[in-house]
Amino acid sequence: MIEVENLTKNYGSHRGIDDITFSARKGETIGFLGPNGAGKTTTMRILTCFFPATSGKAVVAGYDCFEDSFEVRKRVGYLPENVPLYKDMTIDDYLAFVAGIKGVESKAVKKTVARTMGDCGLESVAGRLIGELSKGYRQRVGLAQALVNDPEILILDEPTNGLDPKQIKEIRKLITELAGQRTIILSTHILPEVSMVCDRVVIINKGKLVAVDTPDNLTAGQRDLSRLFLQITGDREQIAKALGAVEGVKKVEQAPVANGGNGFIIELAKGADGEQSILPMIVSNNWKLNEMRSVETSLEDVFIQLVTKEDSV
Amino acid sequence: MTPRNIGLIFKKDLKSYFNSFIAYAVIAIFLATTGYLFFNLLASFSVLSFQAQANPAVGEQYNLLNVNETVVRPLFGNISIVLLLMLPLLTMKLLADEKRSGTMELLLTYPVRDAEVVVGKFLACVTVFAAMLVSTVSYPLLLIYLGQPEVLPIMTGYLGLFLLGAAFISLGIFTSSLTENQVIAASLSVGILFFFWLMSYSTMFVSPGIGQIISYLAINEHLESLAKGVVDTEDIIYFIVFTILFLFLTLRSLESKRWR
Repeated sequence: MIEVENLTKNYGSHRGIDDITFSARKGETIGFLGPNGAGKTTTMRILTCFFPATSGKAVVAGYDCFEDSFEVRKRVGYLPENVPLYKDMTIDDYLAFVAGIKGVESKAVKKTVARTMGDCGLESVAGRLIGELSKGYRQRVGLAQALVNDPEILILDEPTNGLDPKQIKEIRKLITELAGQRTIILSTHILPEVSMVCDRVVIINKGKLVAVDTPDNLTAGQRDLSRLFLQITGDREQIAKALGAVEGVKKVEQAPVANGGNGFIIELAKGADGEQSILPMIVSNNWKLNEMRSVETSLEDVFIQLVTKEDSV
Repeated sequence: MTPRNIGLIFKKDLKSYFNSFIAYAVIAIFLATTGYLFFNLLASFSVLSFQAQANPAVGEQYNLLNVNETVVRPLFGNISIVLLLMLPLLTMKLLADEKRSGTMELLLTYPVRDAEVVVGKFLACVTVFAAMLVSTVSYPLLLIYLGQPEVLPIMTGYLGLFLLGAAFISLGIFTSSLTENQVIAASLSVGILFFFWLMSYSTMFVSPGIGQIISYLAINEHLESLAKGVVDTEDIIYFIVFTILFLFLTLRSLESKRWR
């Protein structure tokens, strides 16, 4: 559905994105992850034919973004980051305009607009001027204009940006419902969003591709290390030293605990069976173990690791 | 270019002119200013008529007792100056505002050609301008009611004003495509229009050959003959070429933005 090969975009002497390659299958939801200024918006703007790439190839729905931009634009729904809308138009007029421009037949426009407004939960504000709407509703209008001609591909640039938690939840639900047969690319810097909504993640940093994989695989890649949280009563320094000496323990970090006790997070090499060696050590020292649990590696950890690794190179 | 897309852009921008009250404000202020000018021309004409009654030589000598010469022609001249100052206010938002608010990004990712956008916007603005012109028809109607002006020069004068306004709008859209800032867009187009207007001043200081070229390029020279009732294809072609040239430059300017 979407094929991106060695895509590069220069802004004058500054390189916006550098040699990006990835692809998306039909029906897949891809999450674009990266810090601000990483090149997410640039990539999306190339895929939506807003501007051409300096070099490389982008094929969307079987059409080249540069050669056949008109065909691509017919098949893509795009929601830009800051949701630019015509504030002095009513929602109905605006959606009818977009539907017409996107090639919905004149006779079908009214029905299409009504259906899209229903899908996006806009019935209650029908007939209102867009400028009068709250941010949450504007976001919905933005989604509605992207959806109005039922495109095969949706490209959403930070669709939940600037919304309150309740609205974020609603928009996410809407996106998940939309997924179905559509290919969706969405960018975000809210990491849980990616694991919730996306089938695969593309991580970019400073214009370069860092990783492409499923959220599960990305976190699993980090699972050659298992992490344990321990809370132990006793002398903090001594415990830390003793923990570090246990076989298989790679790293000991002190973790603050609410009641002022001694918290530690330790990283164990996989298969080291750390729990088995740690327990006797605690008992033999006459310390008291209050809590012990494993810590899941989150996408946050992976992201920060990948992005900072990239920075240190 | 498909007529449907042009129509959709046209409708959107026309609605926006009226929803945002820009059209009402501009038409009202235009009517107030031109009405004031018309009143003064008519009043001075009636003063002259009284004087001529007492001393017939005044009127005969200067051909002042012709309504067309004393009221209609100067009125068209005055209206054209008002248009020079007001039409840039109508055109300034057309592209600059879309760029500033980011709606241009969406518009350019819709399956619509740049030319359709430019032509649709041009037609929307021309429609508001036509409404401005139509609202002034009461002035000549009043003259026809009160006296016997020649109707043909009035009609060709309106044709001239319409073509002139379309040319101003085309230039205004072009300057609006150059910047995100509406004030800069408007200032630029007023400046360029003044330049085209006052060009004929320089004919005094250059050789006759160049002088002829300059006076052909000057906008006001072309309105002049139409206001007199002389329809010269040269003038009409001038306005049409002027309009098409700046619409074309707008298109190029939009396209060049994509490559930056």
